[in-house]
Amino acid sequence: MPYDLHLKDPLTEQRLFRNRMLVALVGVAVLLGVLVARFYNLQVVNYNSYATQSDQNRIQVRPVPPTRGLIYDRNGTLLADNRPSYTLAVVRERVKDMDATLEFLGRLVQLDDSDVEKFRRRLQHRRPFEPVPLRFRLSEEEIARVSVNEFRLPGVSVEAELVRYYPLGDLFAHSVGYVGRINDRELQRFTAEDVRRYRGTESIGKVGLERSYEDMLLGEVGYENVETNARGRVLRVLERHNPKPGADLTLSLDAQLQKTASDALGDRRGAVVAIDVKTGGVLAFVSKPSFDPNLFVTGISFNDYRALSDSLDVPLFNRALQGQYPPGSTLKPMMGLGGLAEGVITPESTVNDPGFFMLPNDTRRYRDWKRWGHGKHVDLNQAITESCDVYFYDMASRWNIDAMHDIATRFGLGAKTGIDLPAERPGLFPSREWKRGARGLPWFPGDSLNAVLGQGFVLATPLQLAVMTATMANRGTHYKPQVVKAINGVELPPQVLHHVEAKPANWDAIFKGMESVINRGTGRKVGEGLDFQVAGKSGTAQVVGIAQGERYDSEALKERHRDHALFVAFAPADNPQIAVSVLVENGEHGGSVAGPVAREVFLDWMSRKHSETAQGKVKKEGAERG
Amino acid sequence: MASRDYMHRLPDSHFSLSRPASLSRRLHIDVPLLILLLILAGVGLVVLYSAAGADVHYVRRQSVFLVLAFGVMFVAAQIPLDFYRRWSPWLYVGGCCLLVAVLFAGVGAKGAQRWLAVGGFRFQPSEALKLAVPMSVAAFLHGRNLPPSIFTVIGALAIVCVPAALIVRQPDLGTAILIAASGLFALYLAGLSWKLIGGALLALGVSAWPIWEWGLRDYQRQRILTLVNPDADRLGAGWNIFQSKAAIGSGGLLGKGYMQGTQSQLDFLPESHTDFIIAVLSEEWGMRGAMLLLILYVLIIARGIYISFTAQTVFGRLLAGSITLTFFVYVFVNIGMVSGLLPVVGVPLPLVSYGGTSAITLMAGFGILMAIGTERRRVTF
Repeated sequence: MPYDLHLKDPLTEQRLFRNRMLVALVGVAVLLGVLVARFYNLQVVNYNSYATQSDQNRIQVRPVPPTRGLIYDRNGTLLADNRPSYTLAVVRERVKDMDATLEFLGRLVQLDDSDVEKFRRRLQHRRPFEPVPLRFRLSEEEIARVSVNEFRLPGVSVEAELVRYYPLGDLFAHSVGYVGRINDRELQRFTAEDVRRYRGTESIGKVGLERSYEDMLLGEVGYENVETNARGRVLRVLERHNPKPGADLTLSLDAQLQKTASDALGDRRGAVVAIDVKTGGVLAFVSKPSFDPNLFVTGISFNDYRALSDSLDVPLFNRALQGQYPPGSTLKPMMGLGGLAEGVITPESTVNDPGFFMLPNDTRRYRDWKRWGHGKHVDLNQAITESCDVYFYDMASRWNIDAMHDIATRFGLGAKTGIDLPAERPGLFPSREWKRGARGLPWFPGDSLNAVLGQGFVLATPLQLAVMTATMANRGTHYKPQVVKAINGVELPPQVLHHVEAKPANWDAIFKGMESVINRGTGRKVGEGLDFQVAGKSGTAQVVGIAQGERYDSEALKERHRDHALFVAFAPADNPQIAVSVLVENGEHGGSVAGPVAREVFLDWMSRKHSETAQGKVKKEGAERG
Repeated sequence: MASRDYMHRLPDSHFSLSRPASLSRRLHIDVPLLILLLILAGVGLVVLYSAAGADVHYVRRQSVFLVLAFGVMFVAAQIPLDFYRRWSPWLYVGGCCLLVAVLFAGVGAKGAQRWLAVGGFRFQPSEALKLAVPMSVAAFLHGRNLPPSIFTVIGALAIVCVPAALIVRQPDLGTAILIAASGLFALYLAGLSWKLIGGALLALGVSAWPIWEWGLRDYQRQRILTLVNPDADRLGAGWNIFQSKAAIGSGGLLGKGYMQGTQSQLDFLPESHTDFIIAVLSEEWGMRGAMLLLILYVLIIARGIYISFTAQTVFGRLLAGSITLTFFVYVFVNIGMVSGLLPVVGVPLPLVSYGGTSAITLMAGFGILMAIGTERRRVTF
């Protein structure tokens, strides 16, 4: 180019400028190349990875919790329902300032310190981006207030969920049990499979059937793919896999019978268990005092829980299932049967009862409850009818403890009955072997005398006594007790555990004795005015031991040291349908205190038995449909 | 046509005056540049509509800004270059005074004071300096022998450093660096010796650690750390970068389609209509769209460099070069930051990001560029 026409200075300057600019252009080109490379890297090389990231951002898989199975009694009365409840929930990851958000929410809804404290604890053990509940059971007004302010509350949402509700309140607290929020301990025990199954589910069965049938009641979790924006609001559902609802349970329990039994016990502490003799189905299962299971569903407040746990009456304690009491004289019919079978006694053999019994070579006097005795010629029938202790002392003294242990075991004592309720206690029926192992002592003849009367080491739950009585009523067919009758309408078959073999004549003899108890013995009050025959046996169990030579004086003892009253019975005697055991803590007199409770149960059940057989079919269909 | 133009405007072709001046020349408009800028502004509005979530409000406001900005460009193009040169010291001094005023009476947000509020009208004095600094440096170097002597260099550096320091105090490190860069570009184009450049770069490298330790504020350090490892704090400082990378990457070669970008439409991408708008474009139009935009920028820069080559005076040449290179730096810093190459500094994508101030400043710069390009040839030895 013809630069020579110009003066030197500007030309050099311009050339200098052009050189500099060209160098700069090289820089520009390099940087542009970097940008192009970067976009190539992001958009072509790593396209898949970023596309996935973007989809994960936008599409969230949300679990859809299944509806928990419902629980009905045998007639289709709803015992455990699901009701909608509105929960205030917070997604921690979406909240910028948790304290400010909580403070603001505190002005919209009622939040006390324990809510916030529990919420913070829940926060620590949650999966990322999962809404954590803050307050349950919002009122309509509170929902409205939160909704209006929703735009100011990113990450806060009101979620509708189905929450367990027990319409009959405390009546079935000890059988149906209750669900509660999944706690840390349970969460830690969860397997990977559990974690999956419980996604979106807040509750788990804690006690009772809710716990033992948890797997069936839970159902199968579903899920939905939802598109959300950055604030976690769900914009639309892209795909949904519906959850499978949990199985509905139909129980053997009869709500009306349960109420009758509960009312008959009244304010007294105790338990009533009624069993369908023909199937082992549990018809009534009462432990009193009880409590309202609804308190536990969304988390019980500290004060409510303290009131329940600190009560002297221990309402949370399931007496029918876990209460282990000395069964006392209620064992006598069973012992009599055992004695007959072993040939230790015969229906005709008699014993002289001077009011006490002494073992050979021993000076200790084993007292009869009747101070001057039952007479010189006490036979089996009289011994059962009047609950003669000396007759059984005599029998036990001539009987091998291992045989005694054997018959008790076959009637279900000393081991869990296998009922479909969790945390059952086994009770205890001692044996030579047990005593050596547990106490390190040999078996003394005196131990047999205590055992035959259901005292000493012997412990049984009211449930075990009911099973024993039902087995007796069945002439030896020992059914496993079952609370659940049908799952999703499919009947569970009765389970025979084993059969106690005995001669029919022996059964007759024992039945006769038990009928006499009702007709002219300690259970006279039970049979009054009934148009069917009841067979039963009363029992009284010492709470505190009475020292040798000391006389029992109930007045002097505090109420809680009084004897427990027991009564076991079945009816009708000629064709047994229902077996009942009743325990009244510190009730003192088996026949007159516990007996009438059993009477109410029989009366209610037998009076409805006719109408039920007539309508049974209709009702059963109704329950299956539910 | 371009090559013919080039021939006509060679410094020696004085006789081009003999050709009758075209309308564009009389209006001091550089037609190719204007067309490119109009295309860019149009693309910007289209992308903005999607980035703002189909909100016409933003598009309408941005259109007003752009009309205003093109008006400013037109006016700026009419002013004779000598006027700029003579008045640049006053613009510079006035701007610096305003910067001082900002430090004492400025308003702002997020712990930074960047604006002056005068009667309900808010403006950012640092914007004026974006033009005043390269102009002053170019004017300062205009009458001097080039390559610059050491004293000239020191004088030019002083011109650069005073406003840069004031802006750093606001604090607005990003703007300060860009303004300093625009002044230094002028100095570099004037022929700053390579030894000095090398020495300065060496000094900068050596002082990197003390600057990191004492010179930066926590949030600035955080931004750089985030750049190195954006996954460390995905919901905090890393969120923006994480989401914008996901947006760009998930766009792939062809994009998800206009208005179909899930990252931007579902609010995952923050600042989607301002600083991060290139992520929206890249998500919805893919690499194809991003590269076309880049080409558009490259054409504008090429035209700017062409104008600087044909400039008649040292002042015009240096200023045109500086404006063009600074424009490139804006583009590079914005795209580099959104794609995760550079720390997040508040630099908008020129003429595409929503915002009036930056558009007006930029277009004023292009107006000056046009004034340079259409300057009547005079023999000024």
